[in-house]
Amino acid sequence: MLAILVGSGGVVALFYGANALVERFAPGRLKGRILPWVYLAPALLLLVAYLVIPTVLTVYVSLLDARSQSFVGFSNYISLFADPSMGEAFRNNIFWLVGVTGVSVSLGLLIAVLADRVGYEPLPKTLIFLPMAISFVGASVIWKFIYAFRPAGTAQIGLLNGVITSLGFEPVGWLVERSLNNFALIAIMIWLQTGFCMVLLSAAVKGIPQEMIEAARIDGANEVQIFWRIVVPMIRSTILVVSTTTVLLVLKVFDIVYVMTAGNQGTEVIASRMFKEMFSFRHYGRGSAIAVMLLLAVIPIMVVNIREFRQPTTR
Amino acid sequence: MPRLARTPIHLALITLSLLWTLPSLGLLISSIRPPADVLSSGWWTVFQHPFEFTQYSLENYRAVLGAAGMGQALLNSFTIAIPATVMPIAIAAFAAYALAWMEFPGRQWLFLAIVTLLVVPLQMTFIPLLRAYRDLGLTGTFAGVWLAHTGYSLPLGIYLLTNYIRALPQDLIEAAAVDGATHLKIFTRVIVPLSMPAIASFAVFQFLWVWNDLLVALVFLGGTPTVAPLTITLTNLVGSRGQDWHLLTAGAFVTMTVPLLVFFALQRYFVRGLLAGSVKG
Repeated sequence: MLAILVGSGGVVALFYGANALVERFAPGRLKGRILPWVYLAPALLLLVAYLVIPTVLTVYVSLLDARSQSFVGFSNYISLFADPSMGEAFRNNIFWLVGVTGVSVSLGLLIAVLADRVGYEPLPKTLIFLPMAISFVGASVIWKFIYAFRPAGTAQIGLLNGVITSLGFEPVGWLVERSLNNFALIAIMIWLQTGFCMVLLSAAVKGIPQEMIEAARIDGANEVQIFWRIVVPMIRSTILVVSTTTVLLVLKVFDIVYVMTAGNQGTEVIASRMFKEMFSFRHYGRGSAIAVMLLLAVIPIMVVNIREFRQPTTR
Repeated sequence: MPRLARTPIHLALITLSLLWTLPSLGLLISSIRPPADVLSSGWWTVFQHPFEFTQYSLENYRAVLGAAGMGQALLNSFTIAIPATVMPIAIAAFAAYALAWMEFPGRQWLFLAIVTLLVVPLQMTFIPLLRAYRDLGLTGTFAGVWLAHTGYSLPLGIYLLTNYIRALPQDLIEAAAVDGATHLKIFTRVIVPLSMPAIASFAVFQFLWVWNDLLVALVFLGGTPTVAPLTITLTNLVGSRGQDWHLLTAGAFVTMTVPLLVFFALQRYFVRGLLAGSVKG
């Protein structure tokens, strides 16, 4: 309790104190020059300490050895590319990118368009958006329970195995089976992300002028043609934004894999791999190299995202 | 469209809604069933006689909040999330006012530089910060996590608030300045009240982001139970009591209650905050 007060109140007090000092002691003209920097100082200090300096240092550390004692050039990067488990992480991450982005964007669009045509639109939209409030950890527990596995012959408590055993099949270890477990994890992210896609796409769909659609209908276009020839092109830019946002999120996916499988049984992704390099192997050089690769992958996508969309959202 | 042609639409929507709700429903029902039942039969069996109230109990919640340590973790989550929301808002709002309405050289350039920092993934910063934290003794302290969350959220916060504050009507601010108001007065009496919608959206987004965060807490707090938030405690529970579904389901629901309350109470700001902040980290 006390900690909360100190932490929250301290910052506000800091600004008032600094402002009072400048108001009292700085002469008139100087005051106008100093005050902006007083307001900016805490922000700049934190940005430099938490983002700018660490980023530069990480690039540097990625060129050093495990304990950051000697310079090794690009050998961390080379050994990562040669490492089969890193290859697996890359493959899985691409798998995630295609699976989550493809399914959640198209499903989100489908729901947005369908819900637009019924009288009870808010209800399905709320239910599908709701998982966005749940943490990745919470969602992981929810789904781990769905995937729960009991040997054949005992009562199944996981929903999925409950369904398939009642249909007469053998129960499946969804998180252990190497051909299935990545799909099982990707499904969680789709469950979380579809609502986000749906909300943005639904707003865009509602922005299409109704006359345009009426005109197409009078010209004899059917619903499918209207969807592909009018709706999709009209909301192209929103689709791009929703996709890039999802890609950015998935590139850095960590919690789900960490909680569900800890990256075992062939489910490693880039971010979970980095965590292992940092905390299990204590190899800071390779950990940093992975971070740098992540940054390089994020930059182009972020540029597209910011250029396409940043202005409309901030209104 | 003719009435009949709509049947597939209704069917699709109902199926999808059910599919999206079932996972959470299963969790909620399991969390209020006695341990022996949870472990011996599927949660859907309660629907055979749903109104037999003896099959429900809150025992799991008592166990999980007490012995399993989720009660302490709940307090820790608040202790982390509240200052980690207030601090960035205060700092970003002052900075945004300076960037939007104060004259100083290099203003545009500075704003651009801050926005550019949006691209930095958190992972880029962990190793150097972790070392610095160890040297400064900040590892495992609340202050360390507050500062980290604050630093990480500033590019987004400054970006959003500057854009909003810059778009406020110039007349209002000039009128206040003519009346002799100091910058601090203009900021607290004019800017902050008018920017409340943007501040609220950012606050909701930031609070939920911190509340639901696992990675930053793991890196900077480690696993010490006295400071661990709900996300870490629940993760540890999955590791140590992975088959005790009565505890895991109740524990997961405890972590979800606050975000769900925020969702239902502040849905408008929630949606706006999520949309604006979705690219973070």
